[in-house]
Amino acid sequence: MEGKHRKLSSWFLTAVAVLVVPLLFACSGPVDNGGTLLNRGVGPEPESLDPHHTRTTQAHRVQRDLFEGLVGYSADGVLIPAAAERWEVSDDGKRYTFWIRDTARWSNGDPVTADDFVYSFRRLVNPETAAFYGELMIAVKNAPAIIEKKLNADSLGVTALGPKQLQITLDYPVPYFIGQLALVSAYPVHAANIAEHGDSFARAGKLISNGAYQLKNWELGSFIELTRNPHYWNNAATQIDRVRHHVTVEASAELYRYRAGELDITAVVPSEAYAQLAKDRPDELRVAPFLGTYFYGFNLMQEKLRDNPKLREALSMAIDRDVLTEKVTARGEQPAWSWVPPGIANYAPQRFSYADLPRAERHAAARRLYQEAGYGADKPLQIEIRYNTAETHERLALAIQSMWQDVLGFEATLINEEFRVLISNIREMRITELFRLSWNGDYNDAHSFLSIFESGNASNLTGYQNPRFDELMQAAAQQVDPQLRRQYLEQAEREMLDDHPVIPLYIHVSKHLVSPRVQGWQDNVLDFHYSQHLSLRDSNDPE
Amino acid sequence: MGNSMHSMGAIRFALFRLLAAIPTLLLVIAIAFLMVHAAPGGPFDEERRLPLEIEANIAAAYHLDESLPEQFWRYLSGLAEGDLGPSYRYREYRVAELIGAAIPVSLALGAIAMLLALLVGVGGGIAAALAHGSRRDRIISALAMSGISLPVFVIAPALVLLFAVYLGVLPASWSGADGGVSRYVLPVFALALPQVAYITRLTRASMIEVMNSDFIRTARAQGLRTASVVRHHALKPAMLPLLSYMGPAIAGILTGSVVVEQIFGIPGLGQLFVRAALNRDYTLVLGSVIFYATLVILLNLLVDMLYGFLDPRIRQR
Repeated sequence: MEGKHRKLSSWFLTAVAVLVVPLLFACSGPVDNGGTLLNRGVGPEPESLDPHHTRTTQAHRVQRDLFEGLVGYSADGVLIPAAAERWEVSDDGKRYTFWIRDTARWSNGDPVTADDFVYSFRRLVNPETAAFYGELMIAVKNAPAIIEKKLNADSLGVTALGPKQLQITLDYPVPYFIGQLALVSAYPVHAANIAEHGDSFARAGKLISNGAYQLKNWELGSFIELTRNPHYWNNAATQIDRVRHHVTVEASAELYRYRAGELDITAVVPSEAYAQLAKDRPDELRVAPFLGTYFYGFNLMQEKLRDNPKLREALSMAIDRDVLTEKVTARGEQPAWSWVPPGIANYAPQRFSYADLPRAERHAAARRLYQEAGYGADKPLQIEIRYNTAETHERLALAIQSMWQDVLGFEATLINEEFRVLISNIREMRITELFRLSWNGDYNDAHSFLSIFESGNASNLTGYQNPRFDELMQAAAQQVDPQLRRQYLEQAEREMLDDHPVIPLYIHVSKHLVSPRVQGWQDNVLDFHYSQHLSLRDSNDPE
Repeated sequence: MGNSMHSMGAIRFALFRLLAAIPTLLLVIAIAFLMVHAAPGGPFDEERRLPLEIEANIAAAYHLDESLPEQFWRYLSGLAEGDLGPSYRYREYRVAELIGAAIPVSLALGAIAMLLALLVGVGGGIAAALAHGSRRDRIISALAMSGISLPVFVIAPALVLLFAVYLGVLPASWSGADGGVSRYVLPVFALALPQVAYITRLTRASMIEVMNSDFIRTARAQGLRTASVVRHHALKPAMLPLLSYMGPAIAGILTGSVVVEQIFGIPGLGQLFVRAALNRDYTLVLGSVIFYATLVILLNLLVDMLYGFLDPRIRQR
């Protein structure tokens, strides 16, 4: 009997071996198809590679390698000429003339011309394209009317003065316009490429791009592989031959891949691993200030919040930002005492009047304001904080709840919602009271942060309205003198901070793990890192 | 004659079940359509709000400015022509392309994992049952119990840490293997382990019950060897509970495990479905529901037919 069992068991073990052993023997490391290969983590799947259909960080990371606008950024985040070798701005700040490089080429060898940009900018504002960032062109002559379908896209104030000379006419001066032209939505697309393939042109085997790299392979959900664009005007200075942007949803999974040597650069750093990494791999952990503010917004449609600036101020004063950044987020973030983050060009962020008060004095002042606002032990404030599902948001909300309890003596209600439910509630402005959000700058200008508080701005999610603030923003918009414009913007921020429509909590930082073999990485506030600026040290090279 | 009549009956049964599935499927689509549209937040909502004119242009481009009945009719009309519509998130892709690209990955992984689970689970279950009460039985049962208790989100990172990070013998991710077969190993194990544990327990319990039944005792009394008893008499009836489990289990494993796919960066159906829901990618959600519902209907039909094959009593009914 035992012998029969053994027969059965051996049959079973043989079957397992037949199935499993070949798999184990098939193990092989990454295959190198020649040339230097940079493996970058990109985060979740990019939604598209069409410059007019994207708006996520991960899509833009890949697109900055594939395409090139009239202007670009250096490795340290300074605006530099790109497809255009130079430009001139008229004295009134409304007319921009660009000279496109003679050597600028698409990946199929076609020259990059002024017509390419005319076509692309018209496509960007054309309602049929349904582009996310048509507003990028909003100051360009006729753009608003085109977006509203009142005029044809051909009437856009963008003209080819010659094959290599482009002119853009604005309705009013926009000092940050050059910075906007470095954004992905302002990248050119190849008209014949779209004519041939329609909306699916941005796929491997079809896409024609004008950047340092061209699209070789896009394995959905896994990776996007790029190879050099041999026709790129600066190809001789590009050092890495191939770039793979690896899709990874989970930050912790991305860390495993980095530790296993599959990635040279990570898209993010998981919060739970930060402290250990700072200890174990301090040289590989790259943390840098970033143009992004994490904040709590008040829904000013709610009567108790709208009519009570003292209450809003008290709530803001009672929060210890230092504790939040040191103990709760603890990944190098900076406490936010201003709305506009530091690092903005030609601008000094304005600070709350109480930012430098000692903690005890600040808390005492907060208690006083809280009572003057009509609240106290006999009438504690009842307020809800809404945030989307994520550990960091939850921990921050708990900490703030505890700070308010300690300083002001009331307990806020915490409400955790799925991201899009939260967004929907914030926009409807009916049930929200206090909500968490982040605001990241698109371009390195204070306008990118302050404009969302203007009356009528679609992103004004607090419902803040202050005619004085609007006037100052308007004055800044009409000002060509950079110093005067700066003064208006700084004054506008002070005005807004005094009204407390939001509680800025901390300034974001960019966080990456960068392998020691990657050379040329430079931290910058926009967190833009083009692969063409990087190189890889051979493992045999001395450090 | 009897056989051909029997197969005719089976075909009629299958056809009837497939026809009956159409209204079920339509109902599922209608409910899913209403539910995704009722969920707060739209497919193009992000933290940064777009200017209203641009929002309106995007809504018009995707017919989201039409009434719900109009949108539903448009969707059904497309469906009748075999078109699952465009993805709202991945704007250059059709839903059928996205699901089509993910199916082979999930199918290959799921099929290998299920085969492995069946092989090890059924074998382990039989081995434990035949040695009921012995040390071997206790060891196998304990292993199966721990397999059930250990969630995939613990097993999968542990496998990555051991084999990819510390030993460096297997890739940590799908794209890390550059197309090599080795990318299947860890995900297959992570997918198969909980199934192995469950199938082992199920087989063991069922086998013990069958081995204690009268007809097995009779077969043994006739002097048949254990292996012969198991193969010819016990195996078929013992597999019936397992078969009931296999329908939904196969559907589940073939449509991908979100956790395993996220940890290994696998471009499978599980991730696609979850992202579709989170992104409010209406058409992708509906496409996923249709795919999953069809799979469950077909697998249940297959299981029912196999049941008839394994259990003559059901066939006669």
